[in-house]
Amino acid sequence: MDTNIKVFPRFQPFKVIIYIVCIFLAALSLFPFIIMIVNSTRSTPEIQGTAVSLIPSSYLARNYTILTSKDIFDPIRGFVNSIIISTGATLCSVYFSTLTAYAIVVYEWKARRGFFTFIMAIMMIPGVVVSIGFYKMVYAVGLANNFLPLIIPGIAAPAMVFFMRQYMIPALPLEIIQSARIDGAGEFYTFNKIALPIMKPAIATQGIMAFVGNWNNLFMPLILLTQKKMYTMPIMVSLLKGDIYKVEYGSVYLGLTLTVLPLFVVYFLLSKYIIAGIAVGSVKG
Amino acid sequence: MKRKRVSYAKYGYLFSLPFVVTFLVCTLYPIVYTGIIGFTNLKGSTMAFTDAKFLPSLGQGLWDNFVDTLKAPTFHTALLNTVKMWIINFIPQITLALILAAWFTNNQKKIKAQGFFKVVFYLPNIITAATIGILFANLFAYPKGPINDILLQLGFIDNPYDFSRSATASQLNVSFMQFWTWYGNTMIVLIAGILGINPEMYEAAEIDGANGNQQFFYITIPNLKTMLLYTLVTSLIGGMQMFDIPRVFQNGLPQNATLTATLYIYTQAFSGTYQYNKAAAASLVVFVIISIFSALLFVVLKDKDEAKLHKIIKQQEREYRKKVKLAKQQLLKEGR
Repeated sequence: MDTNIKVFPRFQPFKVIIYIVCIFLAALSLFPFIIMIVNSTRSTPEIQGTAVSLIPSSYLARNYTILTSKDIFDPIRGFVNSIIISTGATLCSVYFSTLTAYAIVVYEWKARRGFFTFIMAIMMIPGVVVSIGFYKMVYAVGLANNFLPLIIPGIAAPAMVFFMRQYMIPALPLEIIQSARIDGAGEFYTFNKIALPIMKPAIATQGIMAFVGNWNNLFMPLILLTQKKMYTMPIMVSLLKGDIYKVEYGSVYLGLTLTVLPLFVVYFLLSKYIIAGIAVGSVKG
Repeated sequence: MKRKRVSYAKYGYLFSLPFVVTFLVCTLYPIVYTGIIGFTNLKGSTMAFTDAKFLPSLGQGLWDNFVDTLKAPTFHTALLNTVKMWIINFIPQITLALILAAWFTNNQKKIKAQGFFKVVFYLPNIITAATIGILFANLFAYPKGPINDILLQLGFIDNPYDFSRSATASQLNVSFMQFWTWYGNTMIVLIAGILGINPEMYEAAEIDGANGNQQFFYITIPNLKTMLLYTLVTSLIGGMQMFDIPRVFQNGLPQNATLTATLYIYTQAFSGTYQYNKAAAASLVVFVIISIFSALLFVVLKDKDEAKLHKIIKQQEREYRKKVKLAKQQLLKEGR
């Protein structure tokens, strides 16, 4: 046997191309955010001098003062409002979607099959067609400028019910429920104490996605919330383009950064679950 | 020993009740309401629904709002823009996502740092669309802005270019933002799809001497058909509702170049003249268009095996009932 031949890893030019493309795309993903963050520390004259810079300046505090002095952009208020709406809607969505999926998976009832077909059929109802009627209804019952109309609809999230059902069928053996019944547990108690903990992984991924979706929502809050103190983060962001901030580039970048930072933190902490969630959600179980 | 059987069926109804009630109040009722508004003269910020009248009682045609909407050149422009910007975003998006998915799942190439790339490519998707719209408006600012700066320094242009005044540039920009925020998502979906393909197929192909390209075109693509169709339809449904980015980026400008269908509806209903009736009619038109696409998705998503199984069970039930009926008749005859 010839032992002198060393095995070198074969040089693959194609692989180099792949890495170049991937690095280029990664830069494309990050570049706008890097500019945004750096520019949020720079003054308007600096930005007008050279718009692209990777060196932070010292105008962060000043930009913040300008940003909040206009009585429109209040990051703390926006943050709190967005948190209330997103948390409320997400809790409603995950709890009741799991409950609805439980009803479909665990119980034998006449309308079960029809109900599941119905859920799949309503999954793609566009928000636009609901919006005008919903707006008029909310105003008629005096719930405009209230967070409830943005939270309660979360209870009926057909896509999440669909996902929860797909996850529940293999994950929740009916024998466990049978034995709980023999032990004398009530049905609602069994759901809360046995089914919910088993569904935790699915609840986590769906919860994150729902939270981010609610956090980023602009259309409905824009229609239903007209008082400044009720504004969510996306509404405040959408106001950054008005005439008031026309020449305050640094402040606008800072405003954008403030809305992105919480998402960055959530994303980099939970990206593993988020990406797994998209992958699982797309494959029918 | 005979055990008393407890029926738990009522819990099925009970536990799905919150969903059904919420759906009826927050989705179905508003849709019907929207539909009714579409046939009335409801407009203006102060007019109550109870004061609105159906068009025929005012001597107008019942479908006048719909006819007006379908005839309105602005609505045509909005629909056309929506489709146009969606296509310009979707073709490169699905192509790139497919290529990346094929690279990342290739066992021979073993691309390193995949986790990092996936996380970074997906990143824009998680960021508020409104933020991205404003961010890009600032990046493309005129006369001083990061993109203009870079293009000037690289020598591509001699004078700063005002992107916001060009219809084509604005549309391309919106399409790019859509592409940029969604290709990572599509890639991850497709990777999941490719990993779901039976690996034995690839092994067999390798033994038969098929190269990477052949494997991609003869195994990956055919097996990914359903997934690609799913991506296409969901993207189309989402694309038809494009709102946040065009709204904050240029709000339909210049010359309605970035006006989308949803933005048109929003503008009709919630600004200026508050034409709720026209907006309602327009949203129903969009609803019909989206429903057609959804129906397509529904057919694709429907579990074929489950449907088959259901059919078999139904048939067996029918046969069983027939037998029982026959047996009964037999008994009756004998009794006679």
